[in-house]
Amino acid sequence: MHVPIVKSILTSNDQIAAENKAVLDQHGVVAVNLMASPGAGKTSLILATARSLPAALRPAVIEGDLASSIDAELMAKNGIPVVQINTGGNCHLDAPMIRSAFPHLPFGEFELLLIENVGNLVCPANFALGAHLALVVASVPEGHDKPYKYPGMFAAADVVVLNKVELKEVFEFDPDYFWRGVQMLKPEAPIFEVSCRTGAGVAEWAAWLAQHVAGVATQNT
Amino acid sequence: MHELPVTQGILSIVLEAAEQAGSYPVQRIDLVIGTLSSIVDDSVQFYFDALSAGTLAQGAQLSFRRVLATLTCGACGYQAQVIAPLPDCCAACGSTEVLVEDGMEFYVEAIEVEEPNNACSNCEINPDEQ
Repeated sequence: MHVPIVKSILTSNDQIAAENKAVLDQHGVVAVNLMASPGAGKTSLILATARSLPAALRPAVIEGDLASSIDAELMAKNGIPVVQINTGGNCHLDAPMIRSAFPHLPFGEFELLLIENVGNLVCPANFALGAHLALVVASVPEGHDKPYKYPGMFAAADVVVLNKVELKEVFEFDPDYFWRGVQMLKPEAPIFEVSCRTGAGVAEWAAWLAQHVAGVATQNT
Repeated sequence: MHELPVTQGILSIVLEAAEQAGSYPVQRIDLVIGTLSSIVDDSVQFYFDALSAGTLAQGAQLSFRRVLATLTCGACGYQAQVIAPLPDCCAACGSTEVLVEDGMEFYVEAIEVEEPNNACSNCEINPDEQ
């Protein structure tokens, strides 16, 4: 007997992600899911972004890591409210993990939540967390061919930040080739070129993010 | 890389549907997986055999329908099915004005459960027909 179903394989994760989003909306919080390879500069971008955002938009952070709390300690040292999730070797964050972090967040004291996913250009793309924005961070030393080799991740991106742009010449990085790779998968995704080390481009990115957060917040009221 | 939670997701959807359909053993599971969604068939089958032991889905055959991503050229209209690593331009006219769509599909399409045998083995009358 044939029984038609047509149901997303990760339906149970997707349901919890939808509940997470409802909780965030209820608290007036806009969440960003930061995805990237290990070493692309997710933590550096969070710190640089937090410094560039208007004071009213100081973010809280959820740190996803395999085992360590190095990044969370760095956030705390910079005065950023942070909750550490150790995935215990799991290659991605999922919606139940984010839900379990909620009770530890100071809701009411922040409007922007930056979620640093596990460094991985494959798995995090499949697991919805309940975030309002999917941010993929790429970096020059990884090479300009990443969108072509990891299309699933770039197809999932709402916005792309290219970090370490001061190293373009050293790595013979072709920005046009990189941009085209992103655009063929996600033509509407804006791309920002930044250097978290020199600070170049960070203000433009942070301004866009602040504007986007205000836009989502308006939709929800 | 994350085939274990994916397989758990498949099994829970399948068992729920099988129970609603009368709790008959599941023979086949039809999955639709886009080629850009990074799921390895053999790995899912491996986890499935372990996880489904002792359930209605034990021994069920996993059938994977692969959906390829489609590249469309904005300049000449040429279309081609592509896999990663993606080409950076149109194979027909060389234009870089290309768009890649589909290939991210990721769902359970249907299951096939064992046809219930309603015929009475003593009198060979099928109660469904009365």
